[in-house]
Amino acid sequence: MPTFPLDLASSLGHWEQYVVYLLIGIGFGIVLEISGFGISTRLAGQFYFRDQTVLKVMFSAIVVAMVLIFGATALGLLDYNMIWVNPTYLIPGIVGGLIMGVGFIIGGFCPGTSLVAVATLKLDGVFFTLGALFGIFVFGESVGVFESFWNSTYMGRFTLPQLFGIDTGIIVVGVVIMALVMFFGAELLEQRFGKKDRKLAPKWRYGAGGTLLAFAGVILVIGQPTSATKWSWVEAEEAPRLEKRAVMVSPAEILDYMYSEQITMQLVDIRSEAEFNTFHIDGAKHIASNQLLTHLPEWQVLTGNNVIILMGNDETAAIEAWKVLVSENVPNVYILDGGINHWIDMFDLSSDDLEVVEQDVADDQLGYTFPVGTVDFMPLARPNPSSYGPFDLEYTPRIELQGKKGATGGGCG
Amino acid sequence: MTTYLPTEKELQVKTQSHSISLIRRKEKPFINAYAGGILLGIVLFLTFFITGNGLGASGGMNRFVVYFQDALVPDHVDNTPYLAAMAGGDINPLDNWVVFVTVGTVVGGFLSGWWNGRIKLETNRGPRMSAKTRWLMAFIGGALMGYGARMARGCTSGQALSGGAVLSVGSWAFMLAVFAGGYAVAYFVRKFWL
Repeated sequence: MPTFPLDLASSLGHWEQYVVYLLIGIGFGIVLEISGFGISTRLAGQFYFRDQTVLKVMFSAIVVAMVLIFGATALGLLDYNMIWVNPTYLIPGIVGGLIMGVGFIIGGFCPGTSLVAVATLKLDGVFFTLGALFGIFVFGESVGVFESFWNSTYMGRFTLPQLFGIDTGIIVVGVVIMALVMFFGAELLEQRFGKKDRKLAPKWRYGAGGTLLAFAGVILVIGQPTSATKWSWVEAEEAPRLEKRAVMVSPAEILDYMYSEQITMQLVDIRSEAEFNTFHIDGAKHIASNQLLTHLPEWQVLTGNNVIILMGNDETAAIEAWKVLVSENVPNVYILDGGINHWIDMFDLSSDDLEVVEQDVADDQLGYTFPVGTVDFMPLARPNPSSYGPFDLEYTPRIELQGKKGATGGGCG
Repeated sequence: MTTYLPTEKELQVKTQSHSISLIRRKEKPFINAYAGGILLGIVLFLTFFITGNGLGASGGMNRFVVYFQDALVPDHVDNTPYLAAMAGGDINPLDNWVVFVTVGTVVGGFLSGWWNGRIKLETNRGPRMSAKTRWLMAFIGGALMGYGARMARGCTSGQALSGGAVLSVGSWAFMLAVFAGGYAVAYFVRKFWL
C-alpha cells in the first residue's frame, strides 16, 4: 500500500499536524512573493498581453505538480484515491469563475496573492483583502437564498481521464504539450505587446520543457495502478471482512432499511439486463459489472449515511465487484447475502398467486423462472414487512456506517 | 505604459521615501516566471504528497470571517446551515488545516519580502489612476473575488492550481472561466492599468 499521503492527524496529533500546514503555507507565500505576485500591476498585465507572468507561473506549477503527482501514483508511492480532487459543481464553478475573473481585473489580485501583498505592505493589497473578506461575508449570508443553484450540476469526484474516457497518462502528456504551446504563444504576445525580447529569456527553459515532456512520456508508459494492484494494497485489511462475511447483508436487514429513513441505500444489481428485467428488488439500479468504474465519481465521495449494496444471482460476481469498489476507496459497500436467489427464497410469496419455479442451476445463475408478463411482482420486489411480523426474520446486522478515508477538504476548505 | 518596471532611479526614490528602516535591505529583482512556476509546482506537489490536501487561500479567509461572526452572533451562525457547518455549536472554525496554510502564506510572503528588500508601503496602480480610486477598485474587485471564490468553492489556489494539477473537470472549467471573465472585461477597465 502506498505510504503517501501521510495520516498526519494520527502520526503527529490533531493540533500538531497544523505545523506541517503552516510550513506549507510559508513555502507557498515565499514562492508567490519571489514570483512578483504581490504586485497588482504585474498580475493585471496578464490581461493586456504584455506581461504573461500569471499564465507562465500558474501553468508551470500545474504541469510540474501534475507530472510529480502522477509519477508518484504510477510508482505506487502515492494513492490517488486518498488525495483531494475538487468535486465538480459545473455551473456554480463557472459562474463563480467568471465573477472572479472580473474581480481580478478590477481589483488586481486573487485571494492568495493579496495576502502576500498585505505582508509586503502594498496598500492596494490591504484594500483588496478587506474587500475579499467582505465578499466572503456577503456570500455566507446570501447563499441560503440560492442554495439549490449552488449545489446544482454536481458531478462528484470527476476527472479529465474519466470525462474523455482515456488513459491518465495520455491526459498528462496532452496537458504538458498544451502548456508548452501556451508558453510559446505567451512569449510571442509579450514580444509583440510587451516589447520583451524572447532571445533574452533563459535558455534552460527549453531543457526544462523537454524534461517535463519526457517525464510525462515515462508516466504514460508505466501506466497507473490497476484495480487488481489496488486490491493487493487493501487485501490484508479487507479480505478478513469478506471471509467473516461481515459485508454480507441479509435480505431481512435490507427490507428493514427499505422502510426506514435512517440510511440511503443504493441497490446495485450487476446481473444481466435480461435477468434484471425478469425480476429485481424495488429501487435497484442495473449497472453491468464492466460499467461500475464509470460511477466512481459519485460513489467515491458518498459520505454519511449512504450505503451501496451489490447484488448478483448468488455471490461470486458481487464479490468481485465489491473488491473493485473497495480497492477504489468507495465507502460503505456491502453485498446482498446469497444474492437475488436468497432474496426470493426468503420472501417466497407463492401463496400470493405468484408462481416462482425453482430450478437447479449453476453458480451465479437465476435459480427461478417467472411466469412471463402476467404478474405484478411488487410483493416480492418490495415485501410488506407486516406479512412477517416484526421479529419473524432474524438476522445479524452488518451495516456499519464508516466515514470516508482520505483528504476531506480541498484547496479552499 | 505600465508602471510595474520602475527605473533604477524611481526605485531609489521609492525605497528612500517609504521603506521602513528596520527592515530595509537591498531590493532584489523577482525570479524568472518559469522558475517561480516550477518552485510553486514543487510546493503544490509536496502538499498533496504529504497531506493529501491541496493549497488554499480563500478558504482560510472564509474561516476567519466565520470566526468573528460566531463570536458576535453565535445564534445566527447556528441557524444558517452554510455557517453552522463551519462554526455551529462547539465547532471552532479555525480548527482546520486551510487556516494554517493561510497564516503561513502571510508569514512566508513577509519573510521573502523582507529578505529580498521588497517590503515597501506603496500602492501599485496604473499611471492614470489616483491612489484613492485604486483603493476603492481594489476593495470592489476584492469583494467580487471573495464572493466568486465561495460560489466556485475555491479560489485560484484551491480550484485552479490544486484541482488543475489533479485533473478535476470542474477545476479546469473554473480556470477557463476566470481567464474568460478577466479578458472579457479587461478592455473596458484599461484606464485602471495602462
